[in-house]
Amino acid sequence: MTPAAILVVLVGLTLVAYTVGKHRALAVVGGSRGIRNLHSLPSYYGALTALWCAVPALIVFALWMAFQDGIITALVVSHLPPDLRNLTPSQLGLALNDVRNVVAGNVPFDAARPEIQAAATEYMSLRETSRLALAGLVVALGVVGIVVVRAKISASLRARNAVEKMVEWALIACSLIAVLTTVGIIASVAFEAARFFSKVPWYEFLFGLHWSPQTAIRADQVGASGSFGAVPLFWGTIMISGIAMLIAVPIGLFSAIYLAEYAHRRFRAWTKPFLEVLAGIPTVVYGFFAALTVAPALRGWGTVFGLDVASESALAAGLVMGIMIVPFVSSLADDMITAVPQSLRDGAYALGATKSETIKHVVIRAALPGIVGGVLLAISRAVGETMIVVMAAGLAANLTANPFEAVTTVTVQIVSLLVGDQEFDSARTLAAFALGLVLFLVTLGLNVLALHIVKRYREQYE
Amino acid sequence: MSERPAVTARTPQQTQERVAQSLRRRYRAERRFRFYGMLAVFLGIAFVVFLFVTLFVQGASAFRQAYVKVDVHYDPAMIDPAGTRKPEDIAAANYQALIRVALQKRFPQVEGRQATRELMRLVSSGAAYDLRDRVMSSPSLIGRDETVWLLASAEVDQLLKGKVPRQPNGRSGALSARQMDWIGQLTASDALELRFNRTFFTHGDSRDPEQAGVWGAVMGSIFTLTLTLLLSFPIGAAAAIYLEEFASRNRWTDLIEVNINNLAAVPSIVFGLLGLAVFIGFFGLPRSAPVVGAFVLTLLTLPTIIIASRAALKGVPPSIREAALGMGASKIQMVVHHVLPLAMPGMLTGTIIGMARALGETAPLLMIGMVAFIVDVPKGFTDPATVLPVQVFLWSDSPERAFVERTSGAIIVLLAFLVVMNAAAVILRNRFERRW
Repeated sequence: MTPAAILVVLVGLTLVAYTVGKHRALAVVGGSRGIRNLHSLPSYYGALTALWCAVPALIVFALWMAFQDGIITALVVSHLPPDLRNLTPSQLGLALNDVRNVVAGNVPFDAARPEIQAAATEYMSLRETSRLALAGLVVALGVVGIVVVRAKISASLRARNAVEKMVEWALIACSLIAVLTTVGIIASVAFEAARFFSKVPWYEFLFGLHWSPQTAIRADQVGASGSFGAVPLFWGTIMISGIAMLIAVPIGLFSAIYLAEYAHRRFRAWTKPFLEVLAGIPTVVYGFFAALTVAPALRGWGTVFGLDVASESALAAGLVMGIMIVPFVSSLADDMITAVPQSLRDGAYALGATKSETIKHVVIRAALPGIVGGVLLAISRAVGETMIVVMAAGLAANLTANPFEAVTTVTVQIVSLLVGDQEFDSARTLAAFALGLVLFLVTLGLNVLALHIVKRYREQYE
Repeated sequence: MSERPAVTARTPQQTQERVAQSLRRRYRAERRFRFYGMLAVFLGIAFVVFLFVTLFVQGASAFRQAYVKVDVHYDPAMIDPAGTRKPEDIAAANYQALIRVALQKRFPQVEGRQATRELMRLVSSGAAYDLRDRVMSSPSLIGRDETVWLLASAEVDQLLKGKVPRQPNGRSGALSARQMDWIGQLTASDALELRFNRTFFTHGDSRDPEQAGVWGAVMGSIFTLTLTLLLSFPIGAAAAIYLEEFASRNRWTDLIEVNINNLAAVPSIVFGLLGLAVFIGFFGLPRSAPVVGAFVLTLLTLPTIIIASRAALKGVPPSIREAALGMGASKIQMVVHHVLPLAMPGMLTGTIIGMARALGETAPLLMIGMVAFIVDVPKGFTDPATVLPVQVFLWSDSPERAFVERTSGAIIVLLAFLVVMNAAAVILRNRFERRW
């Protein structure tokens, strides 16, 4: 039985449970005439039965599916012939991959080596047993649930309260998923990063000036250990984000001011959504644009002015990223500017200030905390942006201040370290998680700081 | 103590002059400031226009493709010499040879291995598969003649679209002078032309640009997003309902709230790391599968959906709740029967916007291995698949010139999906959202 079939059976059983519960409730009070003696509507008794039938079975099902593969794999490994079992973990992983491919039908059964064939056969038979056991268990749990609740149904059973309690618990569980996600991010990234720091000392990672994460294929290879000094990556990230902010802050701020203070209402109604289109374009589109249109154009202009612009320059990535971030800055600044009360502007006009003087000396100052918060959020967006830099900034870990040269960023390196086949244990793979930890902490810090500034310094009008 | 500067006596004219000067200066500053604002808005709009024009100019040609018209004779001796008409025999036949015979009939003067090979290179290697599929679907064709439009090779396609310049010696790009001559003859007799590119919308990925299509990626996106929607909407709605309607304000709910706001700003690639470590590393789910992609995208879009849903629930006036409670409804009945239907348009709008974001997301899917080169169109949630934005990323890396237009074409398809989704959200908001 496949897992999908088990689920279908369970759904059917749940429907049965609903009808059983509903009919039992009516029968207890002697048909629809005695319905006023029931504590809740008959459908609640049906729902209660259905919930007790489905929920325990579903929990067991989910746990079983989560751990089935691991347990079966462990069993298969323990029965492998000794020469296979004593391989290094990575080679064992390859052998297991062969087994999985045979099981999944990607590789014809006859094409595999005999020991792989044996393991695959064992895997399949174990899986079949496990699925049968699961099907039996799920059905048994469902039936037990139906029988127990049916026996408990009486006129005074508070079915509605019980059902509503369960629904409320389900709602709580859903809202906990957000917390679990954060815990999961911190736990998984920090755990792998800790393993990385047990191989490479943290001060070398944070302060080292040389990044070349090659791992050895042979043990005696030159440069086998690789070097994991992440400063060039941090510098590249800072430089590209800096270029992006140099573009995004003036354009975003000035367009927000113009649209909020100067523009005609109809002009604003048309232009604002137009600019917000920029926020909805997928970043991979920006990346393609940066790599295939902006970078060659910059290179061409560079040769005209006698500058040597690399084909993957920090400038191209930064420019396009800046454009991408414009709507974040402008819409936040716009909100803050429109929140400044008209009376402040009127006061400035009464003193004889021109419109631009009012904006510069009154409106912007009143809106400053919000604008700073928005800029910080935009920086965190720029630091975490991946696709533009992957496609336009390149892989060369240069420590340079020249924006025409290629640099690399934290996110580019995470992608390049993790894309493709890799083992979980090498320092190379783990380095990506260490970089991910840094990225997570930095963006988290920026967000917390931004929210704090907005909350702490915001003027409360009225 | 310093001496106070003596107040210089000014005539009224001098004062007026000074005031007028300062006013001129201030009005100049005013105009300058206003100009900067207009310039910023103009730059933003110009970039949007420039981006779209560039993409459409580059990508429009991807929807057309060069085809060669040839008269094919479905020779029974070549397709099915034994006369069994069994599908496996028909599938095993050499359709490349069929095309060669047809082309040699068209150009009888071509002789020699080298020349024949060059002639065959005008037609894509995928044309043979198309012929095979034709014969497989209607075996009665065997023994008959038919005029078919065969997929031309990428070089011919690019030449016809004017993307490769002709050189003075008659050659062009990888095409020899001889091939250029044949192309000229075919074009003159209307047997070589650009037609609607069906391959692009019906095929999966391929190493040959002329055979590469977006259908595999579109299906991958559909599988991934369907599952994402099925997971994230109920979970997000439930979480929003709990936080807005049931939770009492205490430290615990504050923590959940701060959490959700922070998650909304975590870089998407970090969610990819989570997916790699937890779903693939810990639970052993398959790489490159839409299931894992959907799990990661669910976690990624949940904050957006929760925040939008809470705003929608907040918009329902308290009097509705009080009326329901006053009529004896329980709290859950009040929410399910009265608040939720009123908040639904707003919640759905938020969900669609979240889905649109998930559709364009690339980085986290790279982490969980959805970047593999996959030719087959995925058929289920656990088949290896890729999605549209990742397909764009993969093609943009390809060195062949013909892939540039296909990348832009794929981007146009992706943007079309996004436009439809956002339009749906806007319509939903305008038609069904109630203001109180």
